[in-house]
Amino acid sequence: MQHLSIFPILIPLLFGAIMLLPPISRDINSQRISSVIGTLFLLISSALLLYQIDTTGTELYALGSWQAPFGIVLVADRVSSLLVLLTSFLGFAVMLYAIAGKDKGGAYFHPLFMFQLMGINGAFLTGDIFNLFVFFEVLLIASYALLIHAGGKQKTQATVHYVILNLVGSSLFLFGLGILYGTLGTLNMADMAIKVGQLQGENATLAKTGALFLLVVFGLKAAMLPMHFWLPKTYASASAPVAALFAIMTKVGLYSIFRVYTVIFGEHAGELENIATPWLWPLALLTITIGSIGVLASPSVRTLSANLVIVSSGSLLACAAINSVEATSAALYYMVHSTLASAALFLLADLISRQRGQAEDRFVKSRMFTQPKLMGFAFAIVALSLVGMPPFSGFVGKVMILQATQSSVQTMWVWPLILIGSLGALVTFSRAGTTLFWRHSGSTSNDAEPASKSEIAAVALLLLAAPVLVVFGGAITEYTLQAATALHDIQSSAYDLIPGVSR
Amino acid sequence: MEGLYAFCVGLLTACGIFLTLRGRSFSVVIGLTLLSYAVNLFLFASGRLKLNAAAVLGESEQYSDPLPQALVLTAIVIGFAMTAFAVILAMRARADLGNDHVDGNLPKLPSEVSNKSSGGNK
Repeated sequence: MQHLSIFPILIPLLFGAIMLLPPISRDINSQRISSVIGTLFLLISSALLLYQIDTTGTELYALGSWQAPFGIVLVADRVSSLLVLLTSFLGFAVMLYAIAGKDKGGAYFHPLFMFQLMGINGAFLTGDIFNLFVFFEVLLIASYALLIHAGGKQKTQATVHYVILNLVGSSLFLFGLGILYGTLGTLNMADMAIKVGQLQGENATLAKTGALFLLVVFGLKAAMLPMHFWLPKTYASASAPVAALFAIMTKVGLYSIFRVYTVIFGEHAGELENIATPWLWPLALLTITIGSIGVLASPSVRTLSANLVIVSSGSLLACAAINSVEATSAALYYMVHSTLASAALFLLADLISRQRGQAEDRFVKSRMFTQPKLMGFAFAIVALSLVGMPPFSGFVGKVMILQATQSSVQTMWVWPLILIGSLGALVTFSRAGTTLFWRHSGSTSNDAEPASKSEIAAVALLLLAAPVLVVFGGAITEYTLQAATALHDIQSSAYDLIPGVSR
Repeated sequence: MEGLYAFCVGLLTACGIFLTLRGRSFSVVIGLTLLSYAVNLFLFASGRLKLNAAAVLGESEQYSDPLPQALVLTAIVIGFAMTAFAVILAMRARADLGNDHVDGNLPKLPSEVSNKSSGGNK
């Protein structure tokens, strides 16, 4: 279908807008029903989009029929359609969890959730860098409001930091864009990739400044080392469905890093060839280190999963630094795995803390669970998957990253850090599991409400991804390899996207 | 013209950064506002500064690039909304946390710290 590539943006926009209007906005039940229908539609259209892209190749959608590079285009290629499908799946699962009662904490949860999905999908699909900024703002303003959803001191405090940091980030983004437009004269990413090779002397230096400004902004979103301090507190204080949805937010920053520094400032950029690589290397390795230390020091399940998000960001940044087809392919696979697994852990942390009374999700001796078997199984699967042990997806993802290292120096740095990081996660998960499940005092609490069916369904959906990603590993890795090859090939990632331009 | 313009943008940015690094939410919000003004002016200049050049073809002998003006318009709208949100959030934080410090708790002044420790010694 011709218009399929804009559906992942239009569907959440329409549903979000409808839910703000009177008959639905007053009634929480009809909001829930329309949210589930909306995310289901979104999931179906994203799956169709992925299928279509996989069979017919990259799709260009010129908004208002203004042709690139003058108009804004949506580019649905293998990379972006995979990430859109990931977002839609995550959105659907998280929405199933939220309708069990977590959405009652404040007004407008459902419309905001839809607008957030719209922003994320738009950021993945757009082929115009200023439009990328606009979609960043759309997803950010929805995330500001979602973060403070259900209120409380901790949330307010975390939101203040998050909002201020991201507002400064937006200013930097615009400074970078201004410099790049001033030197390159275009904002279409494919056109920028073609023109950047011609820059010389002063202009090249200027463009380099702009490009590195953008790296700071994307690094802030992706929790790259000096800009990661906001993440653990923000994610740990957000309410469960919001934190689970935020698992995809760092990936938006990482996707932008892959897109901008592979396609625009990649191997064909003349004087600006691979400008991000020397910065990405040390920062990626340090991010993994700091994240692993954070994992070891985590006092509760939520902080643990927030720190694991930092570790996975570091691993993905290392893939971006290796900068090869294999590494990008590994990164795409690992992105899918880590998003779903950490989202599952955030949801599980909420279920755990609800059944343990005062102790919440902290690793201390407490009363027994009302549903010990269910919790235990779910926790074990998430733990195995996130640590990276077979038979789950974390294992495959980590092996792919380890195999992608190219020289012995890279191997020497990346292997120990990722493996020691996994060991740290293993230690923490074992400590957490023994305390949570085997050390009890007293009986189960009577007032603890057991997990409802839709909550269990949501967690089960996310957990199911871990074995499914392994069982269909062959097909998925083949797909990610094709996606990465297309991203690294300047012909398919730039020249094919501008009508009437050839090499 | 270029020199004066660049100086103004630079001054606004410097003031914005200085104020954003302050500890109270009021000055941080003002800093963010100044920063967004600086960004808007900067974006406007990315199409180069020209005199007597309309952004519409055929209206004047020279014409200027209309795209930065569209970008600035977008940036103004977004920046305005974000500033409004930051103001409301700062007020909410003042009410929830009981003070207007960005970290949510006031750092102790050196004089208070020394008073307390000397009090304990007595």
